[in-house]
Amino acid sequence: MARMKFLCDADRCIECQACVTACKNEHEVPWGINRRRVVTINDGLPGERSVSMACMHCDDAPCAAVCPVDCFYTTADAVVLHNKDTCIGCGYCSYACPFGAPQFPRTANFGTRGKMDKCTYCSGGPETDMSQAEYVKYGSNRLAEGKLPLCAEMCSTKSLLAGDGDIIAEIYRERVVTRGYGSGAWGWRTAYGETVTV
Amino acid sequence: MTRTFLSRLAAALAALALITLVLPMAAEAQVNPRESSVNEDAMFEALGAGGTVSGRVTIPDQASGNLIVPDNKGWAALQGQTLHTLSIVAVVGMVVLLALFYMFRGKIRIDGGFSGRKILRFNAVERFAHWTLASTFIILALTGLNLIIGKSVIRPIIGEGAFGTLSAWGKVAHNYLAWPFMASLVLIFLLWVIHNVPNRLDWQWLKMGGGLLKKGVHPPARKFNAGQKLIFWSVIIGGALLSWTGIMLLFPGEVASAADWQFYQILHALVAAALSALVIAHIYIGSVGMEGAFDAMGSGEVDENWAKEHHSLWVEEVKSTQARNTAQVQQTPAE
Repeated sequence: MARMKFLCDADRCIECQACVTACKNEHEVPWGINRRRVVTINDGLPGERSVSMACMHCDDAPCAAVCPVDCFYTTADAVVLHNKDTCIGCGYCSYACPFGAPQFPRTANFGTRGKMDKCTYCSGGPETDMSQAEYVKYGSNRLAEGKLPLCAEMCSTKSLLAGDGDIIAEIYRERVVTRGYGSGAWGWRTAYGETVTV
Repeated sequence: MTRTFLSRLAAALAALALITLVLPMAAEAQVNPRESSVNEDAMFEALGAGGTVSGRVTIPDQASGNLIVPDNKGWAALQGQTLHTLSIVAVVGMVVLLALFYMFRGKIRIDGGFSGRKILRFNAVERFAHWTLASTFIILALTGLNLIIGKSVIRPIIGEGAFGTLSAWGKVAHNYLAWPFMASLVLIFLLWVIHNVPNRLDWQWLKMGGGLLKKGVHPPARKFNAGQKLIFWSVIIGGALLSWTGIMLLFPGEVASAADWQFYQILHALVAAALSALVIAHIYIGSVGMEGAFDAMGSGEVDENWAKEHHSLWVEEVKSTQARNTAQVQQTPAE
């Protein structure tokens, strides 16, 4: 099985937000929930870079470590998923996540949050693959259809890469060698303990 | 004439060529991505320890502008591992200590036996405040402890689905029962603070180990002895800390930053673990650990011999007050 990862080649990102839109549309994500977002660093300054960020599906995921009900699990593809039926909406995962991935649908009394929602790497949840129940809670399951996450598939400049970590790291490494520069595999060091070295 | 015109044209063309060649080169140099683009490693190095990479986002949630916050992993390790272990050690450790104490010392009996005469120790208001505080604290402690250690203690027994439901109800109970807890904490403080001012007697009580370790040793005490004063001030200070941090956790939107929220959560859990351990000891000595002690909070009336042994000065105060009252009543002739 592959070790699935995302890699955003920030030197190619044009901040078009197509990945964000693709994600929202594919999974019918409610308003106010952002499974993926684009952050522009050094905005307006020379050499600014935009990075598309979602759940990085960490090794030893910190969200799973703090979850009081242990609702997280890691799939054979190394994708970090969670069970919304078990989730109590405590919000701990959002304070543990270095990438701001966990999202919460509503704010009621005492800051009560609904069930947590986050990027599923387009691979649904614990329900039967491609079932209606799975779609309603987690969105579509493209991985079960043999497809990669839509955000990366949709990326017009092929900045956002999804797939086996070793393969996308190699693609990125070749790019950096060919063009002579690269701003780094954003988040990799934090999520996996090591970055892509050229 | 033509010659000068031609030479001028040549000079103009040369200048134009120079401009068209040189300017783009200069422009290209300005946007050279190798020169000035941000780089993750360099950025983290520049930010130093605890650095957060952030930028601009186009969505309303401005907090999502934080791209990478590596420090969150530090809190995750504290919450997921350290607090988990500490909470288990605090609670199980205290139970083991009390079990050893029980084996070594046994139940602390009334040396003089029951006298059969009762003295009112805690009136209805005091008992109401105590039991409101006690019942809410026990539920808060159990539901709070469940959030820290339930996943490794209860979940394996009842399964993921049932544990999720239980924890969801536990969270609701924790959020709502916090308010009667805080109200009764204030009431307890107002009712008993006057009796809990430390004085010289407390030092004597502590030096004698409160008479807990030896049979027949009973240091003098007023309404509350030094041990009870320790419980009182721990509950008041610990309860106030729990209330303050708890309110911060209940209204996460009002907390200045995520790092502040993490600090409040750690403080909340640490104080809760310490206070829970202390309250377990308090429950022990107020029930199975000491003969006649439960009546104080049960019926409110304690046996006179128990009172004389554990609160000798308080008994004298009560008796002299009673005597004075009776005397006053007798001195006033009926019309």
